[in-house]
Amino acid sequence: MRSRVIICEASEIITTGLTTCLEEQDQYSVVARLNAPDRLSEKILSSDADILIINPALLGYTDRDLPVQLAKEHPRLVIVALVTSYHECGSLKPYDGVIEINDTSQKYISKLNEIVNQKKHDEKSDDSFELSRREIDVLIAVAKGMTNKEISDQLNISIHTVISHRKNITKKTGIKSVSGLTVYALLNNLIDENEVYK
Amino acid sequence: MDFFSPNTKLYDIISSNPKFLHLLSRFGIALGFGDHSVKEVCESNHVSTDLFLLICKVYADDSYIPQLADFEHFDMDGLLPYLLQSHRYYMDERFPHLEEHLSHIIKAAQPKYAKLLERFYDEYQSEVDKHFKYEEDTVFPYIEALRAGKSDKHFRIAEFKRNHSNIEDTLDDLMNILLKYLPGDILPKERIEISYDIMELSVDLVLHTRIEERVLIPYVEFLENKKS
Repeated sequence: MRSRVIICEASEIITTGLTTCLEEQDQYSVVARLNAPDRLSEKILSSDADILIINPALLGYTDRDLPVQLAKEHPRLVIVALVTSYHECGSLKPYDGVIEINDTSQKYISKLNEIVNQKKHDEKSDDSFELSRREIDVLIAVAKGMTNKEISDQLNISIHTVISHRKNITKKTGIKSVSGLTVYALLNNLIDENEVYK
Repeated sequence: MDFFSPNTKLYDIISSNPKFLHLLSRFGIALGFGDHSVKEVCESNHVSTDLFLLICKVYADDSYIPQLADFEHFDMDGLLPYLLQSHRYYMDERFPHLEEHLSHIIKAAQPKYAKLLERFYDEYQSEVDKHFKYEEDTVFPYIEALRAGKSDKHFRIAEFKRNHSNIEDTLDDLMNILLKYLPGDILPKERIEISYDIMELSVDLVLHTRIEERVLIPYVEFLENKKS
C-alpha cells in the first residue's frame, strides 16, 4: 500500500514538482497539497496521512512548536522538513528528517525512504513490556510526586531523558496519570506507603 | 440521500449505534417518537434540527469538522443545555454507579489495597468535579454573556482551549489497575463488570470532549471574531 503524503509548501511549482517525483514511485501517493499550515492536525486526521512534508519557513514565531505538537498528537506520522532556505540546525530538531530543495529527485526519494525506515525502526526497538532498571527509578520518583526537573537532578539525567522514560513507562504499563502510577508502584511494592501519603 | 439528514427516520439513526441513544435524553426528546423523521421529532420537541444533526455527525465521524457558515445559520441555543445535560448524566448517574461498584471491591480487598483504591478514586473524583465546575462556573457563563452581546475583557475561549484537560485518561488508568495489577482473587466478576462500565463511559467522555473541541470552541471563536 502506498504511504499517504501531505505536502505543505507555499510555492506551487515546488509542490507540483515534488508530487511528480513522489508519485513516480510506487510507495508514495500525495493525498493533500496545502499552501499554509492552517488546521493541519485536523487535515492529517481526515486524510489519514502517514507522512507530512512541510516547509519550516511557513511556520511563524507563534507556531514554531507545531512539529512537536503534531508529533505528540500523531505519534506514527513521519514529519519531514522541506528546506528551501537556511535554518538553524537546532530549529529542525523536532522533525524526523530533512530534505533539501537543491537535492536531486533521486536524493529526495532515497532520503525519504531512509527517514521512514528510521521511524519504523525507532518504534520497534523498544518492544519489551518489562520496565528497565532506569525506568523503575523514574517511576519511583514520579510516584513520590517529584517534578521532571527534580528527577533529572536526582538521577543526573537530562529532562529530555526523563520525559522519554516517562513515555516508555506509560507505553509499557498503560497508565498515564501520576496517581495511577503511584498506585502501580505501591501495588508492585516499589515504594512504601509512607513515602507517598504523608 | 445523506444518512444524517432532516428526512431520515429518527429511529434509524438512534438504532444504528448505541452512542446515539444518549442524544435522546440530552436533547430532551421524549420517547414514543414513532416513525417520524428527525425534523418532525425535533420540531415537536423544540430542538434545533440543525444542531441535532451536527452533533450526530461529530459523534459518527472523528474527522468531521463543522463549517464556520454552520454557526452563522444554525440555531445554536441548545448547545449549552445539551452539554450541561451531559454533565448531569455523568455526575448524577454514571459516576455514582461506578462508585457503587468500586465500593464493593474496596470492601472485599485487604486494607492495604482498599486504601489505595479509595484514595485513587477520591483524587479522580475531585479532578472531575473541578473540570466540570470550571466549565459550568466560568466557561459557560462567559459564553452566555457573549451570546447576549456582553463582552468580558478578562476571558477568552482560547484560555479554555489551552487548559482543556481530558478526564478519561485516569479512568483508563483505573481499568488498567483493576484488570492487570490488583491481585486476581478480589471480586473478579465485579471487576469485569465495572470494566464494561468504564469502557462505555470512556467512549462517551471522548465524544463529549470532541463536541467541546469541534463544536463549542470553534463556535465561541466565531462569536468572538464577530464581535471584534
